[in-house]
Amino acid sequence: MITAFFYRALGAKLYWVVGLLLAAAILIPASNLLLPVGHTLRVPNYAVALMGKYLTYAMLALALDLVWGYVGILSLGHGAFFALGGYAMGMYLMRQIGSRGVYGNPDLPDFMVFLNWQELPWYWWGFDNFWFAMMMVMVVPGLLAFAFGWFAFRSRVTGVYLSIITQAMTFALMLAFFRNDMGFGGNNGLTDFREILGFSVQAPATRAGLFAATCVALAVSFVVCSAITKSKLGKIMISVRDAESRTRFIGYRPEYVKLFAFVVSAIIAGIAGALYVPQVGIINPGEFAPANSIEVVVWTAIGGRGTLVGPIIGAILVNYAKTWFTAAYPELWLFALGGLFVAVTLFLPKGIVGTIGDYFAGRRERKLVEASDTPPPDLPVMRPQNAESYRGETRPQPAE
Amino acid sequence: MTVVTNSILYLSGVSVSFDGFRAINNLSLALDPGEMRAIIGPNGAGKTTMMDIITGKTRPDTGEVFFDGSVDLTRHDEADIANMGIGRKFQKPTVFESHSVEDNILLSLKGPRSILPTLFWRETQDAAKRIDDILGIVRLGDKRSALAANLSHGQKQWLEIGMLLAQDPKLLLVDEPVAGMTDAETEETARLLRDISQSHSVVVVEHDMHFVRELGVKVTCLHEGSVLSEGSLDHVSADPRVVEVYLGR
Repeated sequence: MITAFFYRALGAKLYWVVGLLLAAAILIPASNLLLPVGHTLRVPNYAVALMGKYLTYAMLALALDLVWGYVGILSLGHGAFFALGGYAMGMYLMRQIGSRGVYGNPDLPDFMVFLNWQELPWYWWGFDNFWFAMMMVMVVPGLLAFAFGWFAFRSRVTGVYLSIITQAMTFALMLAFFRNDMGFGGNNGLTDFREILGFSVQAPATRAGLFAATCVALAVSFVVCSAITKSKLGKIMISVRDAESRTRFIGYRPEYVKLFAFVVSAIIAGIAGALYVPQVGIINPGEFAPANSIEVVVWTAIGGRGTLVGPIIGAILVNYAKTWFTAAYPELWLFALGGLFVAVTLFLPKGIVGTIGDYFAGRRERKLVEASDTPPPDLPVMRPQNAESYRGETRPQPAE
Repeated sequence: MTVVTNSILYLSGVSVSFDGFRAINNLSLALDPGEMRAIIGPNGAGKTTMMDIITGKTRPDTGEVFFDGSVDLTRHDEADIANMGIGRKFQKPTVFESHSVEDNILLSLKGPRSILPTLFWRETQDAAKRIDDILGIVRLGDKRSALAANLSHGQKQWLEIGMLLAQDPKLLLVDEPVAGMTDAETEETARLLRDISQSHSVVVVEHDMHFVRELGVKVTCLHEGSVLSEGSLDHVSADPRVVEVYLGR
């Protein structure tokens, strides 16, 4: 059953994405660690961390695409799930500091000592265990998405109203995490990390390992999302996106379809956040800022929503542009981002990947029409021998 | 309270108002199992609202709606009602435009509707054969991998009838199936519906009198949310009250 589920995901697109990511997971760390400093082919340390960060953003955009591109839920609060995953990882990293903090308290992180707290709050318990923290990386965003979705989708809140409450959700979390009494380091967040699983967070080898882990996590997420969208449930998701009430009259429950996609998406976003934090070295409430979540929407739109590959490309391109712009023309970046978004909305409404996909689909269709014009019309209708063959990549789909 | 009737569909004293406008006014109607019924009536007679009530989209203010003898439809929502075996074709053809014709049928096919079974669903030979059969019946076999969005209006109507067949409901509610069809297509659709009614109960709402005559079944005329006249088409069309609402004084 599970094998068949993943088997369905296979296709040229999947081989390319997974192949490229796995190649990056091996080649980039190898070049960084094995080649001597100054070698032309050596990827410098800062670039490894930077690319690792881009890939966590790509994972976040992929997560958003699953709900926005396939179920039509425009979440303007996906950054919240990313930040929660990041905080769960940050809590583990804080506990790893142990007695090496400024105040030398073996149990309490520095900010708690500073606030005169006497003991660890209950919600920090267990975060010294890596496995527990990793579980929480998925459980906390998943649970929040479940609770939020349960009420929102069952009450049939859709469209702009839903987008606004997702935005309110991340804003509320940001305000909460800014408060010192929340016990998450307030304004400063969690930082000064030292070790992860006993390896120094600063060491190039650890950075390279984290980069490789991010590549693998993104590849796995991509496979999972592809398998979901190609299953029958994936078709139902698209049906819900396009004609929600019609699916009800066939007997499906759009609220549960949405809930499923929303929770899976939140978990992927949480894992992305957890990989982000050790690579950038800090997590603070700014990650919950509504603007961050909106930026994710921009990456996804630019890359092409409903394509899975598009958001990955969009996130990497836009963030690369951001890095370049903020160094070269820092004051122009926001104008460039806004201009890019407007341009893509006007000229490439399906994003980069969607537009390219349409071009190829159009060419294929023209070929099909030419081919089907030739046989006499009284021949029996041709259909592929194998029903699976038009579930593959060759069938033109509007979303691609 | 349990009410047991012999009818597949039983409406009694149903009323519903929208902002003071009585769309349905003390409507009573009973459909026998296996029966096909044509519903006619001028615009605003409450035909579509009646379908909304039966399929759970609208809750009646008062009155009883029973399906299959004893199931109180007013206590269930759209998905529940669809799964009990009431299928609906909409006035404006509503198909999943970004799916292929085949996938439209596939999604409608009777089967599990919850998350995990659909996530791990695999196409069986039975399902493939059923899809082939239905595509044959609605004559869309050569369009199976075309996008539903690219079908003509009449083809979309037929695809939606195919989707109804795939659901294999006990009761079919068919709202204006021949709107926008040519005369030949209209006759084909009448033939198709008569075939379907061999094994299903069917309610057809239609304006086209020629089509209703083709169906040759009992006719109910609605007016201002209640039944004005009921009987054979000849009987109903000879009824002076029916003539009055259609032609005016």
